[in-house]
Amino acid sequence: MAERQYDWKAIAKNPKFVELHHKKTAFLFGWWIFSCVYYFLLPIGAAYTPGIFKVKIIGVINFGYIFALSQFFVSWGIALYYSHVANKDFDRLTRELIDELHL
Amino acid sequence: MTIKKIFIAATLALSVAAAAYAEEQKAPAAGAAPAMSAPAAQGAPAATAAAPAPNAAASVATPAPAAPAPVKKELKANKTITIGMFMIIIAITMGVVVWAAKQTKSAADFYAAGGGITGTQNGWAIAGDYMSAASFLGISGLISLYGYDGFMYSVGWLVAYITVLLIVAEPCRNAGKYTLGDILSFRTSPKPVRAFAAISTVAVSTFYLTAQMVGAGKLMALLIGIPYKMSIIGVGVLMVGYVVFGGMVATTWVQIIKAGLLMSGAFLLSFLVMIKSGFNPIGFFNTIVSSPEIQDHVSKLVLKDGVILSGMDAGQRFLEPGLYLKNPLDQISLGMALVLGTAGMPHILMRFFTVPTAQAARKSVIIAMFIIGGFYVLTTLLGFGAAIHLTPQGITSVDPGGNMATLMLAQQMGADIAPIIGDLFLAFLCAVAFATILAVVSGLVLAASAAIAHDIYVNVIKDGHADQHEQVFAARATSFVVGACGILIGIAAEKQNVAHLVALAFAVAASGNLPVVVLSLFWRKFNTAGVISGLVVGTVASIALVMVSPNMTYPKVIAEGAKKVVVAMEKKQAALPAGQSLSEKDAKALAKAKVDAQQTGTSMVGLEKPLFTLKNPGIISIPLGFMAAILGALAFPSRRSEEMFDEVYVRQNTGLGMAKAVEH
Repeated sequence: MAERQYDWKAIAKNPKFVELHHKKTAFLFGWWIFSCVYYFLLPIGAAYTPGIFKVKIIGVINFGYIFALSQFFVSWGIALYYSHVANKDFDRLTRELIDELHL
Repeated sequence: MTIKKIFIAATLALSVAAAAYAEEQKAPAAGAAPAMSAPAAQGAPAATAAAPAPNAAASVATPAPAAPAPVKKELKANKTITIGMFMIIIAITMGVVVWAAKQTKSAADFYAAGGGITGTQNGWAIAGDYMSAASFLGISGLISLYGYDGFMYSVGWLVAYITVLLIVAEPCRNAGKYTLGDILSFRTSPKPVRAFAAISTVAVSTFYLTAQMVGAGKLMALLIGIPYKMSIIGVGVLMVGYVVFGGMVATTWVQIIKAGLLMSGAFLLSFLVMIKSGFNPIGFFNTIVSSPEIQDHVSKLVLKDGVILSGMDAGQRFLEPGLYLKNPLDQISLGMALVLGTAGMPHILMRFFTVPTAQAARKSVIIAMFIIGGFYVLTTLLGFGAAIHLTPQGITSVDPGGNMATLMLAQQMGADIAPIIGDLFLAFLCAVAFATILAVVSGLVLAASAAIAHDIYVNVIKDGHADQHEQVFAARATSFVVGACGILIGIAAEKQNVAHLVALAFAVAASGNLPVVVLSLFWRKFNTAGVISGLVVGTVASIALVMVSPNMTYPKVIAEGAKKVVVAMEKKQAALPAGQSLSEKDAKALAKAKVDAQQTGTSMVGLEKPLFTLKNPGIISIPLGFMAAILGALAFPSRRSEEMFDEVYVRQNTGLGMAKAVEH
């Protein structure tokens, strides 16, 4: 199984690859930072602003409970959104790049 | 397709066998129903808790604040049914091993199932690999005793997967082969990097494995009365069997079967809990707040902090933060270890090498996130359900940490339909716990032995010159040795406090492994010196901080606390009218405190009191790990590593030139 030789430097400079790299980096780190900020608001909020967490929203169900539950839906939302964007954009760009390189 | 057929057949066999057992066991079990079998169904959930029932379950179902010394309750599973279910699980998994062993011919088969696992299968396997008995039994127990804080605690375990999905899953699939060492050694000096990566992998796996083994031994002893050592040996032998003979294929299917069993158990139990509250979430929460037992339990909890609460206010407090997690910095520190550590766990990373493409890796994380998240949402129902139907007092009388809450709930919910169903359901959940332990420990043994056999033996000692036959033999031999060590450590650690080891494993993964993985994949200037300094500093810092943290035992601190108790109790005694003595409970506490107050000496590392006040080292050790990795790389720049970055970066983004798991 002789491995194919690629000119990695040339591929790294290919405009398609640069586009893929920029889009991906912005998306991945952007959403990762968002999810971290959203998550750490939970322990920080619970510790330093317990008053807000105690506000009752529906019946006896309070803001804290809804906020904690929302963490699950936000995580799932980010996952599905990422999957959508990756399947649509990132995979397409990768395929176009590979086609262009005639691999 | 064959895999699917086997799986379906296995599931069918399981249900048929369970039904057969039900028939067989009906007569004797109904007669000798364990003491925990609750009275037959009673209308409203609130009534269940309040109505005094005439049998032994009464003291569990009703609050007993007045009772001077609550009798220690035990949760005993029906041995015949439970062992029968265990046997079924062992039989099915052994079938899987025999089938898997036939397909395991090359190193790629052994470590990565030949890259032949689909995204969906891998998603279930990740969930099975990740959810330990601690999350299955521990988190619902925390919720049943401390309400909101237990729920908040569970959130981080899912959010962690965002990091896995966005940062590591696809690049690792594209740039790696079998182990952490493969990813890290790509553009660095392979030998030292592989050696250090293997040490950190073995460290993380050992900490996690020890916690799992000790937990397994105690759980089996508690549930079906198998002695501790026997349980460890039994679990260990099975785990070694799966890994040595079936490699990654068998491990994957054990994990898939476990995840399926766990989700069915959780769904069924949540369904029964929701039936009781008429599928009305608002009513469900009202029941929590208005339960007199929960109110009483919360008033006692907050009284320790000098707060007086009673009635509905106390019930409402159960849904608010701060009953359990009292140190916010510790909480944030644990959150950091989870969010970054999961993505650095060798046994999780290894799962991404079993799928053929980056798309499949992506799909598998998303499926795993839905399974894991769904499970934790159901856990809330189970935890709160246990608080309503068993009362916190009933749960703590069986296990002060609440670990038995889910199992007790299963027995009661089943018994409310018919006593035999209670026994069956309890036995089923015990079997799920058993499968859970097996699946997690197998994944850990596989990850540790891959690091030793593939990184150290094949690539460091043999310079990569080992044929397939030799590689597979090395992998099997190492798995055997690692598994045997796991059994020995498990037996040796029986009396040790291992609760902090899981947090330590995540802290080491977050501080040592994750920084170097991320920097290897995304930073041009990263190199050998960076990998080694990052791994060493991150790992050593986490371990050192735990060694000087409150996790260790400090005899002098215990003695000081005990002295205070002695003083308080003697005051109380003095204040009593003449002729009266302390209640039995207080007298016991006084006697214990007097003994504890005599304790002297120092902790394991010779300290009188903790140097570091947090139980979770992440908040300090993670930045240290990152800094060491960055500074190390900057201090010893490597032109070759920088030049090779283009290759790594193109590979991890596009999958070009991917190391195919299947040898062509």
